[in-house]
Amino acid sequence: MDLNMFWFGLLGVLLAGYAILDGFDLGVGMLHLGARTDLERRVFMNSIGPLWDGNEVWLVTFGGALFAAFPHAYATAFSAFYLPFMVLLFALIFRAVSMEFRSKRTSAAWRKTWDVAFFAASGLATLLFGVAVGNSMLGLPIDASLEFQGGLMDLLQPYALLVGTLTVTMFLMHGSIYLYLKTEGELQSRIHGWMWKTFGAFLVTYMATTVVTLVTIPHAARNFGEYPLAWVLVGLNILAIANIPRAIYLGRPMYAFLSSCATIAALIFLFGMALFPNLIYSSLSPGWSADIYISASSQKTLSIMRTIAFIGMPFVLTYTAIIYWTFRGKVNLGKFSY
Amino acid sequence: MELDVVFLSRLQFALTIMFHYIFPPLAIGLGALLVIMETTYMRTRDPRYRAMAKFWTKIFAVNFAMGVATGIVMEFQFGTNWAVYSRYVGDVFGSALAAEGIFAFFLESGFLAVVVFGWDKVSDRMHWFSTLMVALGAVFSAIWIVVANSWQQTPAGFHIVNNPIMPRAEITDFWAMVFNPSSVDRLVHVLIGAYILGGFFVMSVSAYYVLKGRHIDFARKTFFLGLILATVFSLAAPISGHFQAVTVSQTQPAKLAAFEGHYRAGTGGTPMSIVGVVDETAEKVKYNVAVPGLLSLLVHGDADVPVTALDAFPREDRPPVALSYYNYHLMIALGMYFLLFCLIAWIHYFRKTLFTARWLMWVSVFSVVGPFIANQTGWVAAEVGRQPWIVYNLLRTSDAVSKAVQAEQVLASIILFIVIYALIFLVWITVLNRKIKTGPVEEMSEVDAGEHKRSWIDAATALAAHGAVSMTDAQAAPPETGKE
Repeated sequence: MDLNMFWFGLLGVLLAGYAILDGFDLGVGMLHLGARTDLERRVFMNSIGPLWDGNEVWLVTFGGALFAAFPHAYATAFSAFYLPFMVLLFALIFRAVSMEFRSKRTSAAWRKTWDVAFFAASGLATLLFGVAVGNSMLGLPIDASLEFQGGLMDLLQPYALLVGTLTVTMFLMHGSIYLYLKTEGELQSRIHGWMWKTFGAFLVTYMATTVVTLVTIPHAARNFGEYPLAWVLVGLNILAIANIPRAIYLGRPMYAFLSSCATIAALIFLFGMALFPNLIYSSLSPGWSADIYISASSQKTLSIMRTIAFIGMPFVLTYTAIIYWTFRGKVNLGKFSY
Repeated sequence: MELDVVFLSRLQFALTIMFHYIFPPLAIGLGALLVIMETTYMRTRDPRYRAMAKFWTKIFAVNFAMGVATGIVMEFQFGTNWAVYSRYVGDVFGSALAAEGIFAFFLESGFLAVVVFGWDKVSDRMHWFSTLMVALGAVFSAIWIVVANSWQQTPAGFHIVNNPIMPRAEITDFWAMVFNPSSVDRLVHVLIGAYILGGFFVMSVSAYYVLKGRHIDFARKTFFLGLILATVFSLAAPISGHFQAVTVSQTQPAKLAAFEGHYRAGTGGTPMSIVGVVDETAEKVKYNVAVPGLLSLLVHGDADVPVTALDAFPREDRPPVALSYYNYHLMIALGMYFLLFCLIAWIHYFRKTLFTARWLMWVSVFSVVGPFIANQTGWVAAEVGRQPWIVYNLLRTSDAVSKAVQAEQVLASIILFIVIYALIFLVWITVLNRKIKTGPVEEMSEVDAGEHKRSWIDAATALAAHGAVSMTDAQAAPPETGKE
């Protein structure tokens, strides 16, 4: 495995880490209006209160690593997605401030406003992440100098919106299972129903997306012929999905959550498998695609950064473990809560 | 001004970075104060310091969330608006940004959760450690960002390679890139600016309580801590500024000339302009009050050797002079004001009238605006003074924008940024204002009146007024009238 492949793989890990971690708090955000009373909404927000910020750092680090390892892919993709990414930024800003601001006043109108902002921003951000992934699957109209030649409408094709919907249903399911773990009593039994509904919605969109992908995007399946080991991922993905309803049925929510995490990770890796060795597939001419060699930084930079990653990642995993351990268990509203 | 992508992208970058930079220096400055407060608590076990830290942590948390939210915008913008720049510098700049993510952001955001939500969940020692890590994380992120920016000012440790897509800078020596000629000087100055802000910020809030006669004991101690921090770093700022100016005179002479409105070198010593009005068409500083030979003396150690002027550079390579000049001079004037303020405060301290001179307390309340502006103007001067280059002498700002982006798109995003930032700024101010007006009521109510070891802060604060205010006085203070 050369350095370019290593960085492609590490980006996959960072993206999977982000999708798993921010996935549940985006899901909680989208389910926020399903909580009925102010108390329930506070429980929802506090279930992710200490964690969302650290989760979002995975996105920041993914962006930084993409910039550092594959600057051409970063520059092409970010300038191509100009308006969708601006809207994504506004959504992320609103999510952050609505959690921080909501609790600072007791007026019902004030709280209602931030509740709606939190819900809408979470949904919009999730949808846009999915749309970006969908567009990467389709490929972007980029020319030989890696410049985007399309317009906004090229980014809003039905397939991209379908992947956006898949992401929404997946995070809704992931968020429901997470909330089930963090709540108690009557609220928890209501959330039990949400787990089933969101799982159903996810299963339907997952199957639809799989069929449409296989039929309409031939280049996505190319690698599965070349690397038969990739089928293991497909198998794991299906097992993980199948285990979610089983674990819910058996009353073992932690297994359901871990299965949901594995589902997300497997989907991200399948996405990587579909792209490899490209970061951006050119829909104009496959020869113009931004692959992991043409778009990369120098070997020297890739190797310096590998050292940084090897030093840094154990720390990152340690803090993440400490934080999740400190804030384990059911939500307990106290003086320091939102 | 014509509606072009370059101008609009610069405007958007200026707008978003200036808004973002309200928050990080406050996080660095307050972070240091939180560490001092918790360390004092760990040493004396006096719960008042724990209460103090709890109160400031709440303010810190709101500020931090704003910093995170507005910070992600910056990372995205390099790609969205400055794609050519990203392609050009990615190999060099990227490793600094990746290091920032891995070393600083994870550290900060992870331990912030413990600092804000973990008071009842972890031991005192673990909480103290988390606070230390958050404060360190804030400094780490400053390190990597200043390194990356300094590389744009004084590139080092790289060579230009003909990449198939376009020529770009590639790293040859990582440590030469990190320790490029300006990074250490600039990092020190950035941190000093942040600590001055932290000091003035807590002085402002404390002075307000002193004036209102509330939380007296809490307010005096915090004010005193702020005053020490502000004094030390206000003294350090001109020294660090001097070293920086000498570096700039060697590495970016056009920038220093623009700071000083120094158009023609002439012969003999170069004066240092104190105040004046820049006339860019006539190429001179009108109504110039200047000290003869001083700039030469500071830069060359010889009052008679002329300093390089703008006439040494072709017009297309000169930075905008008026913007550079005014921002630079405003920063220096504010730096002088900080020194004067601290001097007056210490005179009152030794006369034991620090907290009874109401006018001084009122001045303290509003002085916090100064460091906010000084931090901004310093950066504006540094960035405008680098123009017309985005990477000094290598890549022009006008060549660095995204080719795939149209002016209308940038205009649309600028309008949205203005609306959204104005909105969240108002909300931030409202929330902060309410938190401050309410004060540390909840936190102090948990404090029991037991005997504790006295810290140096207790002793020093007691000196500031006739008859030390004891803890029982603080508790006997009138109950809060939380209006609104």
